Amino acid sequence: MGKLILTADDSASMRQMVSFTLKGAGYDVLEAVDGKDGLEKAKAKDVDMVITDLNMPHMDGIQMIREIRALPKYKFIPIILLTTESQDEKKMQGKAAGATGWIVKPFKPEQLLAVIKKVLK
Amino acid sequence: MDTQKNVFKEEAYELLAELETSLLELEESPDDMELIGRVFRAMHTIKGSGAMFGFDDIANFTHNVETVFDKVREGAIVVTKELIDLTLSARDHIRDLLDGSNGEGQIDREKGEALIAELKKLMPDTEPDEEILPGKAAHEPEPDSPEVTFRIRFKPSRDIFANGTNPLLLLDELREMGECAVTAYTSQLPPLETLNPEECHIFWDIVLTTRKTLNAVKDVFIFVEDDSQISIKEIFDHEANVEDMTVDKLGEILVSRGDISKEDLHRALDKQAPSKIGQILVKENKTSLSAVKSALVEQERIQKKVTQKKEQISEKSVRVPAEKLDHLIDLVGELVTVQARLSQKASIQGEADLVSIAEEVEMLTSGLRDNAMSIRMLQIGTTFSNFKRLVRDLSDDLGKKIELTTSGGETELDKTVIERLKDPLVHIIRNSIDHGIEMPEARKEAGKPETGTIHLSARHSGAYVLIRISDDGKGLDPVALRNKAEKKGIISSETELTEKEILNIIFAPGFSTAETVTDVSGRGVGMDVVKKSIDELRGSIEIESQKSKGTSITLKLPLTLAIIDGLLVTVGEGYFVLPLASVEECVELPKEEASHDRKRQILNVRGEIVPYVKLRDEYDIRTDAPALEQVVIMEANGKRTGFVVDNVIGGHQTVIKNLGSAFRDVGDISGATILGDGTVALIVDVNKIIAA
Repeated sequence: MGKLILTADDSASMRQMVSFTLKGAGYDVLEAVDGKDGLEKAKAKDVDMVITDLNMPHMDGIQMIREIRALPKYKFIPIILLTTESQDEKKMQGKAAGATGWIVKPFKPEQLLAVIKKVLK
Repeated sequence: MDTQKNVFKEEAYELLAELETSLLELEESPDDMELIGRVFRAMHTIKGSGAMFGFDDIANFTHNVETVFDKVREGAIVVTKELIDLTLSARDHIRDLLDGSNGEGQIDREKGEALIAELKKLMPDTEPDEEILPGKAAHEPEPDSPEVTFRIRFKPSRDIFANGTNPLLLLDELREMGECAVTAYTSQLPPLETLNPEECHIFWDIVLTTRKTLNAVKDVFIFVEDDSQISIKEIFDHEANVEDMTVDKLGEILVSRGDISKEDLHRALDKQAPSKIGQILVKENKTSLSAVKSALVEQERIQKKVTQKKEQISEKSVRVPAEKLDHLIDLVGELVTVQARLSQKASIQGEADLVSIAEEVEMLTSGLRDNAMSIRMLQIGTTFSNFKRLVRDLSDDLGKKIELTTSGGETELDKTVIERLKDPLVHIIRNSIDHGIEMPEARKEAGKPETGTIHLSARHSGAYVLIRISDDGKGLDPVALRNKAEKKGIISSETELTEKEILNIIFAPGFSTAETVTDVSGRGVGMDVVKKSIDELRGSIEIESQKSKGTSITLKLPLTLAIIDGLLVTVGEGYFVLPLASVEECVELPKEEASHDRKRQILNVRGEIVPYVKLRDEYDIRTDAPALEQVVIMEANGKRTGFVVDNVIGGHQTVIKNLGSAFRDVGDISGATILGDGTVALIVDVNKIIAA
């Protein structure tokens, strides 16, 4: 069974792109439309990794990371933040909330896979 | 990708519709944070996804609107009707851009720019904008570069696991980059009963040989670099000259890694026999067993790389005894001579076939000559690096701190020239160390860095190579030089000398500036010997010095000793060759000068006084001079001197032949050559005549 990756993004096109790339690389994908949805799905299932957008309605990426990281079963899973900001500020906020790393948009599918390889066993 | 583009467009149209509704609602209740957030997110998504799927113009335009709404979110800008109007127009423009990408409708670029300008006016103070560029991301693949070896120490923060980081994956990533050896340090692991398994107590040393760049290696640690200790150092230059490659001793590696201090090393070295240095250091708790193991791994890797490199080179080259090469050059020289005869004969006979054969032979001969010469060429870098040890040992002996830097080591010179250059260079460098560079305290007082520098450089300049030895020491004191020279009777107190001429006194026989004869320099061999050696190589030596700034000595050496470009002249019935590189110009000897038979032979060349020598008198040729004599003006040792000859014939590729031992003591002639018709021409030793 492949690894299950949760991807949370309010943009359908981004979700589709990420999901397409991940499935192509043999991962199973769980999609969420915002932070709240993401958190609920993470609670309901056992995911191996989370890739999330930063700005989302209902609950933003930072808050979602914080809450997921606080769940005992997700203490050590890799979480990657997608951001358009190349400034350090957002990355640092993400890391403080418990993110493992980040990807700056726009990125190419192979860059996404390279980052996953870096953090997911 | 096309379906993804369509998904983006659909999404964007939806978002734009939602945006319109939100903006209209926002006009009703301008303080609704939820609405402001919705507008911002719509813009943000259009921007982010637009950039992802190649809609760069949409992404860039929307970025401006998003930036304004980011400020609204922060409360820095308030929602006004003006803002709503502008944002609605911007929304319409984004729709136009979307339509345009479908090939529908017209895109009004000016409108877009006007909108951006209006939006920027709303910003409290416009910060420099960050453009969204397609493909700009953290992991741009870099092209592969030459092989390098890095020493990496990766010390993760204790709570690295809390962020979901698995350091082992980073080590795996490094392993994929090339030849990788990892040593783990487990010495900081607490006893089992106090161990918190959620903390990381291990760190690693990695020796990585890779074709990736330093940046690519740094990128491996991009997510952890802020809270981990990471040091990456290039430790081995694979492109360096094999002779320069050294394998550091274990102790040196540990010192350079900061694992032990120099003092620790010296103390351990004193005790070394019969135990090994690593064992001593571990036993005395100076460092851990892991550190020693890790350093040994590094040493082994470097040793391996040096061996590999040497093998590679020996596979590609053939060793040939130098005598065989010398013989080849001799034969090529003969061939050049014969070829000249052939060309001459062909041009006299004027037979077209013969001329074309002669031309072809000439071309081949010159190719063969260049090729044969290049075989004898060696890089001077090897000689340079030999001096590193000399400088290190001598400066230690004298208690001075001196660093030797080099440049242009790849410059090539004839093997013989390099061999005969070694002693003069040693002498000059010894002089710099002994007399040039001051003691550390004196340097500090003079406001210079404690460590003095001696720089060795080599570069091409026409048919010559310039080798420069410069130091940042105390320089030469012209007044002191002069006094000494007068005391020694080298010059009289009346002699008028320019500063340059005073500096040149150090090349005079029997001159030494050191008050006492030291072990380092001044063993009775003066700079005059250096100058003689350089003269014998048909080179020249020049000195520049500034008091308290330093001295630099430049050696100008011919690329090769076997063949020179000469100027062929006649005096009486004899042919002579003057080295073309020193020739400045040819002028006629004025009639009134020619008739004078006086001691002072001085010529006025365009207002400059130039002394001249009549080769006819010099070589005691007893034929009558022609009505019109020529003067070849030559430059040597910074002085211009004229050589009076009968006729100037022209340039001549001169294959130098030694005169043989019977003529060893003949002054003023440095060799001979054979002309195209078999006539012998003598090569004038310009330096000797000028010095006499």
